[in-house]
Amino acid sequence: MSSLVAIVLVVLAAVLIGAFGVRVSRTTSDFYVASRTVTPLWNASAIGGEYLSAASFLGIAGLILTYGADMLWLPVGWTGGYLVLLVLVSAPLRRSGAYTLPDFAEARLESMVVRRVSSVLVVLIGWLYLMPQFQSAGMVFRAITGAPSWAGGLLVAGVVAVNVLSGGMKSITFVQAFQYWLKLTALAVPLVFMLLAWRADGSPGLQPGDPWALPLHGREHPVYATYSLILATFLGTMGLPHVLVRFYTNPDGRAARRTTLVVLSLLGAFYLLPSIYGYLGRVYLPPLDGPDSVVLALPGHLVGGVAGELLTALVTGGAFAAFLSTSSGLAVSVAGVLGQDILRFTDGVRSFRVATVIGVAVPFGLAVIARALPVADVVGLAFAVAASSFCPLLVLGIWWRRLTTSGAVAGLLAGGGLAAVAGLVTIVGGPHGGWAGALLAQPAAWTVPISFSVMVVVSLLTPARVPPNVTRTMVRLHTPETLDVDRGDWRPRSS
Amino acid sequence: MTKSRRETVTSPRTSAARRPRYPVTREIDEQTRLGEVYMSSLIRTQLRLALFVCTLLACVIGGLPLLFLLVPSLREVVVLGLPLPWLVLAGLIYPAFVIGAWLYVRAAERNERRFAELVEGD
Repeated sequence: MSSLVAIVLVVLAAVLIGAFGVRVSRTTSDFYVASRTVTPLWNASAIGGEYLSAASFLGIAGLILTYGADMLWLPVGWTGGYLVLLVLVSAPLRRSGAYTLPDFAEARLESMVVRRVSSVLVVLIGWLYLMPQFQSAGMVFRAITGAPSWAGGLLVAGVVAVNVLSGGMKSITFVQAFQYWLKLTALAVPLVFMLLAWRADGSPGLQPGDPWALPLHGREHPVYATYSLILATFLGTMGLPHVLVRFYTNPDGRAARRTTLVVLSLLGAFYLLPSIYGYLGRVYLPPLDGPDSVVLALPGHLVGGVAGELLTALVTGGAFAAFLSTSSGLAVSVAGVLGQDILRFTDGVRSFRVATVIGVAVPFGLAVIARALPVADVVGLAFAVAASSFCPLLVLGIWWRRLTTSGAVAGLLAGGGLAAVAGLVTIVGGPHGGWAGALLAQPAAWTVPISFSVMVVVSLLTPARVPPNVTRTMVRLHTPETLDVDRGDWRPRSS
Repeated sequence: MTKSRRETVTSPRTSAARRPRYPVTREIDEQTRLGEVYMSSLIRTQLRLALFVCTLLACVIGGLPLLFLLVPSLREVVVLGLPLPWLVLAGLIYPAFVIGAWLYVRAAERNERRFAELVEGD
């Protein structure tokens, strides 16, 4: 009962906080990037709030419980990805002045073809990421109310759509910032009580010689799987559409770097927690039928009575915060791209609204018909697609003048396409066994090198297709804003 | 040695002695050879810094599984009551990321400040 109250409170809070933004957002530019008036701490909290999805809140602990120490790399990669993003991408990306990934592709390569291919990939990654969020919401809602699986997903999808429609990104920024602190509290407070109960219980450890705690042990082909996971998470973070859109709300490149530093600290603090949940789950819980429910089951198991019920309610509220925040961020990004590049009505705001409805309805439909895999695994596939498409585009685009239009398109299609196919084969028919199964479930180790190589080789073969204004674009990407230089007159089409 | 004719100096040869100063920002704007040199020096400095951080990260992150693979006894070492892999991967690595990021931000801002001084100053 108290868990249901927690869900209602989180949903209400999200809607109310969102409503405060309505007064401020008026023009299309407000909708897309909150007019760049968001301060760095709000911004960093919002990135953290948006980034910590159901996969982080429920999924990591579940996978650690199932497969053991190898899964510790998952939160490490999801944090470390921001370090790679910081050093290779953050400041130049902000200086590009682009609102979305397709904007960046167009600004750098001066080509509508690259823009369109990027748009399709953004929508693909967004949907691949949204689908398991809705499925997890259904799983949690069913566990608490007994309602059918689609009901929880529908609740989250509905709230997200209303929130995005009513306030655009301004409201989303405040909702997201609030969600980070809620999620941290919802995971940390029950953990304190559980650790006290564990101490009072005589600090029981694992069975002696339990191979679960050892690295390179959990899945088939653990060495390959570990390295592929590392590659996907460290390089995929920079290619997530809902993360990048947040960098445009920084006032300049320097602020973008500092925001990333704060994000890294916030995520580091959060990701200390799920592995302890996984460990306690291994010590206390019998094998679960759905590993994603370990975070919800533990507090009631360790701390009995009313206190245990209240702590379960807190964790449930946090889980719903996770579904809402990530889904909202993804919905804004997917809707922005759909509205700008695919629907293209003359009225920008109306385009954004129709796009929001489509952007949320399609992954909800997929969530209802697709089989439920562990949420962190499906999200991992979205990372693999991002790492094999946008990572090479951003890194080569920012640091290599000789990248050509043809090279970019070829690399995006080859890397992103192969990773997406591998992901779909895993989701539809998997998990498959043997080497083929390992290669398909963790495609990044082969698709990332393919994507980089194709981009570089095709660019070298087509030197005539280097964008004419590349020198000016490089000035724009790399010079600090304090200098008075000509940065060209490119403006994102949504402003 | 020839002796040149004496001449009366009536005014300083300003045009020869003092060429009008051409600011570096204009060299960059007009994409002259010199402007290119300035820009590619900035990009190369920042790229070298970024690649240094990435190489270090790759050695640490890529090296850990390799270490556990090649020295299996390390997987079971217990430090401070915790298995070593857990101590590193579930704890120590996060503050290490933050420290690395902080040092990078300082270095990158210093590079930009130097570039700005070079371009704007004398």
